[in-house]
Amino acid sequence: MAELSNQLMAVTVLAYLAAMVCYAAEYAFGDRSHIGRAAARPARELVGAGAPVPPAAPGEPDVLASAPDEADEPTSSAGTPEAPRRDRGELLGRIAVGLNGLAFALHLGTVVTRGVAAHRMPWGNMYEFILAVTLVGSAVWLGVLTRRPAVRHLGLFAALALVVLLGAAGLIAYTPVGPLVPALNSYWYVIHVSTIIIASGILLIGAVPAAMFLIRTGYDEGRRSFPYTLGAKVPAAATLERLTFRLHAFAFPLFTFGALIAGPLWAEASWGRYWGWDPKEVWAFISWVVYACYLHARATPSVKRTTATWIALLGFATMLMNLFGVNLFFEGLHSYANAGGM
Amino acid sequence: MTVVEERPAPAASPPPRRPNRAWALLRNSWRQLTSMRTALVLLFLLAVAAIPGSVLPQRALNAEKVSGYYQAHPKLAPILDRVGGFEVYASPWFAAIYLLLFTSLIGCVVPRLVDHVRALRTVPPDAPRRLERLPQHAAGEERSDDPAAAAAAAAAALRKRRFRTIVREGDGGAWTVAAEKGYLKESGNLLFHLALLAVLVGVGFGHWYGWHGNRLLVQGADQGFCNSVTQYDESTLGPRIDASDLPFFCLRLDDFQAAFQPTGQPKTFEATVDVQAKQDGPWQRKRFTVNDPLRLPQANVHLLGHGYAVILRYTDRYGEQQTKILPFLPRDGMFTSEGVAQFPDVNIDPKTNKRDENLQVGFEGVYLPTVDPQGGPTSVFPAENDPTLFLTAYRGNLGVDAGLPGSVYALDRGQIATGRLKQVSGVRPQRLTPGQTWKLDDGTKLEFLGTRPFATLSVRYDPTQPLVLGGAVLGLLGLMLSLGGHRRRLWFRITPREGSGSVVEAGGLPRTDYPGFGEEFQQVVGAARGDEGGTP
Ligand code: HEM
Repeated sequence: MAELSNQLMAVTVLAYLAAMVCYAAEYAFGDRSHIGRAAARPARELVGAGAPVPPAAPGEPDVLASAPDEADEPTSSAGTPEAPRRDRGELLGRIAVGLNGLAFALHLGTVVTRGVAAHRMPWGNMYEFILAVTLVGSAVWLGVLTRRPAVRHLGLFAALALVVLLGAAGLIAYTPVGPLVPALNSYWYVIHVSTIIIASGILLIGAVPAAMFLIRTGYDEGRRSFPYTLGAKVPAAATLERLTFRLHAFAFPLFTFGALIAGPLWAEASWGRYWGWDPKEVWAFISWVVYACYLHARATPSVKRTTATWIALLGFATMLMNLFGVNLFFEGLHSYANAGGM
Repeated sequence: MTVVEERPAPAASPPPRRPNRAWALLRNSWRQLTSMRTALVLLFLLAVAAIPGSVLPQRALNAEKVSGYYQAHPKLAPILDRVGGFEVYASPWFAAIYLLLFTSLIGCVVPRLVDHVRALRTVPPDAPRRLERLPQHAAGEERSDDPAAAAAAAAAALRKRRFRTIVREGDGGAWTVAAEKGYLKESGNLLFHLALLAVLVGVGFGHWYGWHGNRLLVQGADQGFCNSVTQYDESTLGPRIDASDLPFFCLRLDDFQAAFQPTGQPKTFEATVDVQAKQDGPWQRKRFTVNDPLRLPQANVHLLGHGYAVILRYTDRYGEQQTKILPFLPRDGMFTSEGVAQFPDVNIDPKTNKRDENLQVGFEGVYLPTVDPQGGPTSVFPAENDPTLFLTAYRGNLGVDAGLPGSVYALDRGQIATGRLKQVSGVRPQRLTPGQTWKLDDGTKLEFLGTRPFATLSVRYDPTQPLVLGGAVLGLLGLMLSLGGHRRRLWFRITPREGSGSVVEAGGLPRTDYPGFGEEFQQVVGAARGDEGGTP
């Protein structure tokens, strides 16, 4: 079973890569597809929640805040000379989503077989943790796609993030299947770790529109150097910004529960203190504070949306730091490597 | 989003006759401090300030690592120490940041709370003159009933959807219905911020009134202890508590069971203890394990680790025997354990009854629960499958009388270096299995009688834990209400139609970012117009 899981893992990465290639192809061909067109339209609908403009004054309606969703849809579609190319882009996009779905299924298989092989929930070490986070990320991405097909052009970047993380999991964090140390043998293990995994998966996908929003705003401001050129074909800035916020606003309470309530409850039962500034705890605290900063900044009228979004990306960087930096470089009660004692 | 950054100054006090610059400065600083921007900066600073605590060793977590750091960086360490680098979370600058943040929080939340309570008690404002200017608008539709009835129908539909609704009669037979919903968003937001305060207060009081002690407890009725500061290997009492405040209980380790995977990975641990919770009360048998501590009134006993204590009997040159039970501390996951045995009060001539300081005896070595058949220096399995003890003997002055507290897990290196304590066994350590006796060069004997398990326990009490947990849960609840909620207003204007009947027009205003508002608006308007609506 463990062997099967490893093989599935390899196929999963390949499937994501294939999906990524198709997304990329759609991205390349599809500059006149309806998504591309909506994205390339003048920034009329960006005014409302759009970045550089100060948000609506108190009491005044955020008039356009609810408009861009619909505005991303095509207004007129027929009769353009590029129609065949558009179809090709469309087709590639659909294939990409299909491959993405396939990759997700394989990914799920990887995680499940791993759990079966280990006779426990498959998130007992760093490798499994990343596998699970990316699985959630993939699910969230597919979920976002079904609800808002207009953001499909982000697929290239979402798939890229998944491939990079999965690759990192396989290359630096691979651990053979093993049992849990007694300290992890607790129902809190299920509650604490699973909520953090779900929150992290959502935040992972949240970082994609966040980054693309920044790129897109730069593009809209007339910057034409890399990476701003990538902004040419992604959805409108306001759409990206709102997607970013929705994902973060959903993940933040989950993360709060997992890291700042369930975690301390477990720590109290296991180590006797609910909070001890162990490196893992320190970085969870930092991530929480930074993400709180993001939500706070977004609610602060005098702070630009771009600034707020930078904070969200910084939050993601602190999550990565907690995952890689703390696991690999700092020694603490949480590090799986020295969890063998007790 | 609709947040008023610049709130009006706190309760306008009577203006001073002359513009008082100090007062103005104070008021401005307060306004600055309680602005959301400042809160943001402070929040950010808090995150940054937390970083060094994960990079530098922290005294509260691991004092030995701090000493190690001192040795590795003798120049840098004292400087870092002076600025609190090894006690980041207790340092004045860390405290300054969070205290400022929470001052800002109070200054921000209290006026908002007042505003919100007022808002909760005021009715939604009347409809603006031109509903078509609002983000959502439904053009007038005709109904057959008169305006009063149409207004009542709209109000009923709105109330059913839990809008706060008020119906007003205007001039010329026109009616308006104003409705607002989503007050829970602001309530939740206030709850979240207030809960943060509760958590801070809880953490602070817990620090003041809590205590903890660590204790290594060897199995056996003769090894038990009763709760008191002196019984702990290491303890901290909160500043507001002293030794006499500790609750009474006595504890004996009756049994310790550890099970391991074939790979040596631990599987389960279980400690069985006898507890006496009241003075002269009965002893009760209790079991606890790693994730399931022993809960006593005002104290929780947590199992942190375990190991083996070696039992040694020394027979001196006058035939006197002394037996000691000596915990050996595990050094790795396979329980290669290190320790010492010190016998300062031996070889006392019974005739003179005088102790010869140079005839004290000490042993140092490792205990391997399962010796490596290939002869390696470390244990190969954590359980006692093939227990073996390797000891080196020393004789001379142990240096334990010098008044300096030495480690009970190592011999005094200084005494060995100066030659006052000499190695008296061969170059290779003596190998002993349980029951074996070792005859030393001077005819004295050391017997390895066996081992007993020990458990390392952490005993703790934190009186405000429930407050902190309650605060955290309420905070989460507030957060979800705040992030999930949407504040919005709807208005209906009903004007009399020429002849009979009425015309119903509606407008809607989302007061926060709310993409689904259009849909809701359509639904509510549809319901408010009812089946009656739409008569052409
Ligand atoms: C103790 C540190 C603080 C933390 C962790 C924190 C966290 C947060 C979070 C996560 C949000 C977003 C939730 C939401 O949008 O409802 C928020 C919103 C908000 N916070 Fe704070 N905050 C803190 C201190 C403050 C302070 C000092 C102020 C006052 C200056 C303040 C005023 C606000 C306001 C007005 C909102 C906006 C609510 C909205 O309209 O959406 N907070 N805060």
